[in-house]
Amino acid sequence: MASGGPSFLLLSMVPTILLLCIDFACCNTGRRTSDGLDTDFTGFSVPLEHSFEVDDVSQFRVRGALQLRGGRETSVSLSQNQLSEEDRSTLKEVAAVDGLYRIRVPRVSLSADRQSDRPMDGFLTAFVRACSLVESHLSDVITLHTDVSGFLIGVSIVTIPGACRGTEVEDEVDLEAFNTTLNVIAPTNAPQPETALFIERMDMENEKRGKPQEQKSFFAKYWYLILGGAIFLMASSSAQAPAGGAEEQQS
Amino acid sequence: MKPSAKMAKLVPLLAVFFYLVCVSEAVFEDQVGKFDWRRQYVGKVLFASFDSPSQSSKKLFVATDKNIFASLNSRTGDLFWRHVDKMGPEGAVDTLLVNAQDALMVIGDGRLLRSWDTNVGGLNWEVVLDTGSFQAACFVGIQDTVKHVAVLKKTAISLHYLSNGHQKWVENLPDSDTVKYQAVYSGGGEEVFVLGMVPHSHLTITVYSLEDGEIIRQVTGPQLSSCVVVGRGVLMCVDNYTQALYTLAIQAEDSPQFRQVLLQSLDLEVSQDFQPVLVSTQPHPARSPLPEFFLQLGPDHHILLQLSEDGSTIAPLRDFQPAFLVSFATTGEKTVAAVMAPKNTTVSLLYPGLYVHAFLKKDDSVGYRVLVQTEDHALTFIQLLARSRVVWTREEALADVVTMEMVDLPLTGTQAELEGEFGKKADGLLPMVMKRLSSQVILLQAWMAHLWKLFYEARKPRSQIKNEVTIETLSRDEFNLQKMMVMVTASGKLFGIDSKSGTILWKHYLENVQPNAAFKLIVQRTTAHFPHPPQCTLLIKDKDTGLATLHVFNPIFGRKSQISLPALPRPILQSLLLPVIDQDYAKCLLLVDDQYKVTAFPSTKNVMQQLQEMASSIFFYLVDSEQGTLSGFRLRKDLSSELIWEVVLPTEVQKIVAVKGKRPSEHVHSQGRVMGDRSVLYKYLNPNLLAVVTESTDTHPERAFVGMFLVDGVTGRIIHEAVQRKARGPIHFVHSENWVVYEYWNTKSRRNEFSVLELFEGTELYNSTVFSSLDRPHLPQVLQQSYIFPSPITTMEATLTEKGITSRHLLVGLPSGAILSLPKMFLDPRRPEVVNEHSREENLIPYAPEMPIRTEWFINYNQTISRLKGIYTAPSGLESTCLVVAYGLDIYQTRVYPSKQFDVLKDDYDYVLISSVLFALFFATMISKRLAEVKLLNRAWR
Repeated sequence: MASGGPSFLLLSMVPTILLLCIDFACCNTGRRTSDGLDTDFTGFSVPLEHSFEVDDVSQFRVRGALQLRGGRETSVSLSQNQLSEEDRSTLKEVAAVDGLYRIRVPRVSLSADRQSDRPMDGFLTAFVRACSLVESHLSDVITLHTDVSGFLIGVSIVTIPGACRGTEVEDEVDLEAFNTTLNVIAPTNAPQPETALFIERMDMENEKRGKPQEQKSFFAKYWYLILGGAIFLMASSSAQAPAGGAEEQQS
Repeated sequence: MKPSAKMAKLVPLLAVFFYLVCVSEAVFEDQVGKFDWRRQYVGKVLFASFDSPSQSSKKLFVATDKNIFASLNSRTGDLFWRHVDKMGPEGAVDTLLVNAQDALMVIGDGRLLRSWDTNVGGLNWEVVLDTGSFQAACFVGIQDTVKHVAVLKKTAISLHYLSNGHQKWVENLPDSDTVKYQAVYSGGGEEVFVLGMVPHSHLTITVYSLEDGEIIRQVTGPQLSSCVVVGRGVLMCVDNYTQALYTLAIQAEDSPQFRQVLLQSLDLEVSQDFQPVLVSTQPHPARSPLPEFFLQLGPDHHILLQLSEDGSTIAPLRDFQPAFLVSFATTGEKTVAAVMAPKNTTVSLLYPGLYVHAFLKKDDSVGYRVLVQTEDHALTFIQLLARSRVVWTREEALADVVTMEMVDLPLTGTQAELEGEFGKKADGLLPMVMKRLSSQVILLQAWMAHLWKLFYEARKPRSQIKNEVTIETLSRDEFNLQKMMVMVTASGKLFGIDSKSGTILWKHYLENVQPNAAFKLIVQRTTAHFPHPPQCTLLIKDKDTGLATLHVFNPIFGRKSQISLPALPRPILQSLLLPVIDQDYAKCLLLVDDQYKVTAFPSTKNVMQQLQEMASSIFFYLVDSEQGTLSGFRLRKDLSSELIWEVVLPTEVQKIVAVKGKRPSEHVHSQGRVMGDRSVLYKYLNPNLLAVVTESTDTHPERAFVGMFLVDGVTGRIIHEAVQRKARGPIHFVHSENWVVYEYWNTKSRRNEFSVLELFEGTELYNSTVFSSLDRPHLPQVLQQSYIFPSPITTMEATLTEKGITSRHLLVGLPSGAILSLPKMFLDPRRPEVVNEHSREENLIPYAPEMPIRTEWFINYNQTISRLKGIYTAPSGLESTCLVVAYGLDIYQTRVYPSKQFDVLKDDYDYVLISSVLFALFFATMISKRLAEVKLLNRAWR
């Protein structure tokens, strides 16, 4: 941060870095065919461009480079330039007229094996209000969205905080370097109906409820029959011996 | 042990509780038809036939383009019975032949031959025919009895018994690869004649033996077109090139020759570029046709000709010009020719079908009835007696409703007068006073008139009081339950239907609407802005060229409005209705063309000014499903637009199937849900949220998937991205409030499943006062759950109420024609696997993977709706009540009460009891007050 050479545009390269990687491991089917090679893959970079003009006609310039590293866990890091003096004043001017700050990235595939297959043309663009970028002191969150096979399908940029309150940013230093958080989001798998768990739960409930009741009910219901049967057996067995005497004893 | 036992006891208790809560829909027997109605339609008539040639016969048989065979009551136009076959070419009706009690139909390009009993509409028999495309069919009879039917296909002819459908014989046609066989004819003899043409070469007639299907002989002739059989087995053809009629006696044993009769010799001339057509009649299939026949010489020129007894000369009988349609009808020994001539030349409706029924009256004179099918799909039945009159009209265009809206009815004159007083601009104190006085006088007048009417009607017997709805008596009821349904049909005919009774109040036919046009109906001004009339705009877009036209009309009276329309020279990509209103309270409609320029309608100065001020906050999106792109634009001050975001879904992986936003009229009453621990879970209520559904291009059952993307329509930010594996369409989904419900086919388990997504901001709101897509940095929490649904579905919609307090139900259209009202409570991703204190506090139903279908949830009890296509919901003035219209082949209107009628007193409410209790209490208070006063006074004296 010490290097703040005002007149030299690109001499001071402060790499504000990196973030993140949401794992793809959960959701890839046909993509991961050459697993063994992935770890050796060196990665590639694509430019992240931005545009902010007072007249709102977009003129994209390089803001930084996205370092994509394919592999078991796709990681993306961002190295970006500082804003020059000229850029800072333009940005403030754009913010004053409530202009837009746009970014764009080329359409690429994040997965390594697809990357070389077929170059895609076109860009994915997103925007944020320039005033919110200024007021948040260039702290933004850039999110890259991919589809199931790893193609980039969208990019989004938000600033934190996101509101424009019209507060004046006095300190030029605040607008020098981006404080960027970079996310990569792949589609989540929507849940299937949870039949297995439900059946398990039902079984457990049945066990809890059913078994003791059944055991109890068998004896509870039929104890008099069993008892009666036993008495009858006893009576009939004793009746074979002296008849009549047993009956009198019973009563 | 103890808590679990307690829980086990609670589960059935809970189940009973929810059962009680949810049973609300079933209709009592005496309520049937009280709040609901159904209209059944058949579609555009292709074939029609009358029952028997007597005046008393009431039956009329029609086969339609919607693959329906139906019987209509010719007195009233009501349906006796109706058979709905499969949609598409598989069930298409090729021909309908009626003979006495049997109605024969060939279906699905010669796939099936069916015989129906015309009395009760039962199926006698059905046989599967050999493959080959259908050409023609006819009855074959000998000695005045019809026993067989001949079916001519492209390559074969077969003969079937009429009694059981069994095949008598089938023969391959000779040279069927070069000869195009067109017609089959039998004149009551032992022979069956088949007519074939070899294009640009010659004509062949093959004669088969009725007994065993042997070829008796073959006759060839010159190249001709439009042939019919006239008189005693004379083939009559007309040729445009030589301008001549050709006759051939086909029954002659020895080789017959064609005889040429030049049209010039009969003083006839064919119109320019017109292919002449012959029309003849064969009153009974076992007898030969009549010698009289029609020759059409031009689009509106017909001539009636007669062939002499020996078949040698042709004599013109009468010339009909102008005449669009001709037809024959026979009763007993008499045959009449009917000719339809336009009364005035301005009538531009084309009449594609004319069916005449002639019958003998008691005095042996001939009476006629005519069934006319017009181009606007109306079916009119006319009685031609001493005085012609239209007996009934069926609006069959309503069998294919494309889109609809419900519009509030206007206020009554007196209400409107009061409203108008507030609407007008203030202009001084004295005029205001005068206005007030005048409106009070008008009110008084209206009241007096009402009293007089009451008094007058009270003296008349009740049956005489007419309670019919007419366009003049239309006015809003107390709870706004009666509305005007504006329906747009595929044929381009618009209808205004009273929602209470189903009466058609107005209709308007839009001419020159292409058959593949897409319609979008927009309510620009509601009825709430008296004295400005309500205004609807119909955007008609040609699907091929993308060019659009606007039709602006008053939805209450159907009259076209005189507003000047904007010129739309370029294809229209998107239309959006802004909340911006002009000085006449009409909402502004923006139309985006293919150069991303925007046209505003209405484009008054006021609107333009507002648009320029708001331009930077007007965003719109475009979807290109072929390229897989979703792009966002922002309006500029000069009404051009700039691209601000782009999301691209590669079409190699998945294609966009549908994009849906939320309904702008929807109200959400509660911002969050109170959870078991008394904290609040706030809903993510983004009005700009779009639900984008995709399907994978790979259709293999293991790899197929359905994608659900939630995209912010302003910033293009993907809020949520989920993939349903092993699933494919068709996808039906509803997007409302903070949830999306979708239904798909699970390819692995081979069943239909429902999935619900709910979005929450969490326990704290980011900005509770206003929602802005530009300032919402945190992504919402997304909860999702899936369920098995035991039936496929055809369409889905959510109920809508005035303020959104009433709980929501999903209206699910099933292929059986029933509409299921499924409580949203069952589709709640927070349904717990294991019940605990909190979930019980919240009234969450424990999770069960299968969604129940209870028969008492069917809102249309036994009133099934064939080929249900869409469900429309509209709020009424009562918070508890939601109006529902389901349309497909039939139209069904009803009301639903998702939370029961909590704001309505029951029908059997005991007014006497409550008022007597009130009075008793009142008097008791009075008396006790008096007594207390006396007692106090006594105490004071003591």
